Amino acid sequence: MGLPDDYRLMARIRRFEERLAALKDAGEIPGSIHLCNGQEAIPVGASRALRDGDFVTATYRGHGWAVARGVDLAGLFAEMMGRDSALCGGRAASPYLSDPGRWFVGENSIVGAGVPIATGAALTAQRTGSGAVSVVSIGDGAMNQGNVHEALNMAAVLDLPLVLVVENNVYSEMSRISDMVRVKQLAERAPAYGVPGRVVDGNDPAAVHEAVAEAVERAREGSGPSIVEAMTERLVGHYSGDAQHYRPAGEIAAARQREPLARVRAAADAELTARLDAIDAEVAAEIEAAVTAARAVPYPDPATAKEHVYV
Amino acid sequence: MSESLRYIQAVNAALTWALDSRTDTVYFGEDVALPGGPFGATKGLHKRFGSDRIFDTPISETGFLGMALGAAMTGLRPIAEIMYADFSFVAMDQIVNQIATIHYSSAGRWKAPLVIRMQQGYSPGACAQHSHSPEAYFAHTAGLRVALPATPDDAYQMLRTAVVSDDPVVVAEARMLYPTRGPVRTDAPVEEIGGARVVRPGADVTVVAWSRMVSAALDAAETLAADGVDVEVVDLRWLNPLDFDTVAASVARTGRLVVAHEANLTGGFGAEIAARAAAECFADLRAPVARVAAPDVPMPAAPALQAVVVPEAATVVDAVRRTVRA
Ligand SMILES: Cc1ncc(C[n+]2csc(CCOP(=O)(O)OP(=O)(O)O)c2C)c(N)n1
Ligand SMILES: [Mg+2]
Repeated sequence: MGLPDDYRLMARIRRFEERLAALKDAGEIPGSIHLCNGQEAIPVGASRALRDGDFVTATYRGHGWAVARGVDLAGLFAEMMGRDSALCGGRAASPYLSDPGRWFVGENSIVGAGVPIATGAALTAQRTGSGAVSVVSIGDGAMNQGNVHEALNMAAVLDLPLVLVVENNVYSEMSRISDMVRVKQLAERAPAYGVPGRVVDGNDPAAVHEAVAEAVERAREGSGPSIVEAMTERLVGHYSGDAQHYRPAGEIAAARQREPLARVRAAADAELTARLDAIDAEVAAEIEAAVTAARAVPYPDPATAKEHVYV
Repeated sequence: MSESLRYIQAVNAALTWALDSRTDTVYFGEDVALPGGPFGATKGLHKRFGSDRIFDTPISETGFLGMALGAAMTGLRPIAEIMYADFSFVAMDQIVNQIATIHYSSAGRWKAPLVIRMQQGYSPGACAQHSHSPEAYFAHTAGLRVALPATPDDAYQMLRTAVVSDDPVVVAEARMLYPTRGPVRTDAPVEEIGGARVVRPGADVTVVAWSRMVSAALDAAETLAADGVDVEVVDLRWLNPLDFDTVAASVARTGRLVVAHEANLTGGFGAEIAARAAAECFADLRAPVARVAAPDVPMPAAPALQAVVVPEAATVVDAVRRTVRA
């Protein structure tokens, strides 16, 4: 694993999100979508520290985590198109999809709700002695949700194998995190739970990997949870229709210089650039094939609407 | 004087009125101040009234509804916004155990004059966590007033009524109605709390509805009129206080009752209306009471499934036909 591998996975996520946005514009995606463009290095770096059997819980902005954990691309597109996908049968769509087959506990469209659930997955890992860890990604704003506090403290006192990854993109919807907390970094809260906390460059997959790997190792050893705060920026709106009038002029343009893919590109020599171009072309073909496969998935049969409420 | 406003503009006008005419009001919630609200309900209010009167909260629903209660008990008149009704579940303790009960449990010595403003219901492609119609939970909770405005004018009038009420009021708007336009009586005096309204007179069957289902019922009535079925539509408007007299008077005229809501069938507020009708309109009823509601499933996101889950005008038409035939 190294630079081109991380690049490939980040490019896959970026391309996935860009394609999704185009599908939304074309009217093929019925619900709203929350893209992670600019934040790809976080799921990519973190997932490199994980193995099969490790649980991941994310938010509505979780497509990158699903892709990084190997959830079927065509299934993801089909689910978001409101088709009868093998993931959730069109019931969940973009903000709430999951895949038990890939230990993807899933996204959640209730801010903060994933953290207690991920804590439960960590409890299973601990009590079954499976050696698995439970990684949960939330946004900066979610750190102000009461259930996040409750879950973190519980995970700490139970020494649960939980890794909380806070993707600090400095906004929650239209509000700046600096207006919502009096600490500079959210990881400063870690000592209050008696757990380690680190701040890393969330646009550098290697930095994310190093920090998450340390937290994962600690969790697997039975030493309890950690918080990794990954600093990043959204390159796009909070959701598909967001005009982003609340963002200062020039902010997005500046973010485009710092984002993870542009960074790799900027540092690449001619030879590497050629390899990256080839990767981009392969990824584009792979995503296009997934879209084609997704379009072949039928819409759910209305007669099944009442199925699955109960076992 | 009446102005033609969109539903969401009517909300904005009512909030402007509230902040302007009552110095004890404060407005807070997520993305409401500087950004002007995710749907534009609070557009321009921060500029006009400043951070003392309207401010953004962290994503902490339990915290800020509890704060609303404490402030209401001690002299302010808070209006707290829950962005989607679904998120009220995060703060259910403050709503049910705290806000709803303090007046009673202090024998009236504490008051909780606050408004919880939210919007509810499905929209195409929205998942189960952004589609709830939770009015029955609130109506089930003694101590809360519950308002469900179905028109721009009611979005304005009922929100103002909620603001001046000394009881805590949940105002649940319908997101799907936000773009609808209608006349709003911006100079009307503030109405008394409560009151259902016959919005379409008819002789054959009464359809009681609220929120988005009022317009569905009116559309259904048009369709049925072509078949010679004359439908009376009652907009219930307030679930608490409940104006059952208006419902009973209508049923006395028509002899048939259909109740329509978007929320799930079981334990929905339609069950309450049906039970009251069974108890109080028994002699007038010529057919069993019918309920139009979503089936008991979490809302699926796929439109193909929503099409058979979400009740629409056609669902009301079917129910009325069954009732008239019975
Ligand atoms: C309990 C709850 N409250 C409010 C919302 C509405 N909402 C959705 S995303 C969001 C902002 C979250 O910001 P952050 O945690 O920083 O994550 P980001 O979107 O930046 O990834 C809000 C307020 C919600 N979904 N759930
Ligand atoms: Mg954020």
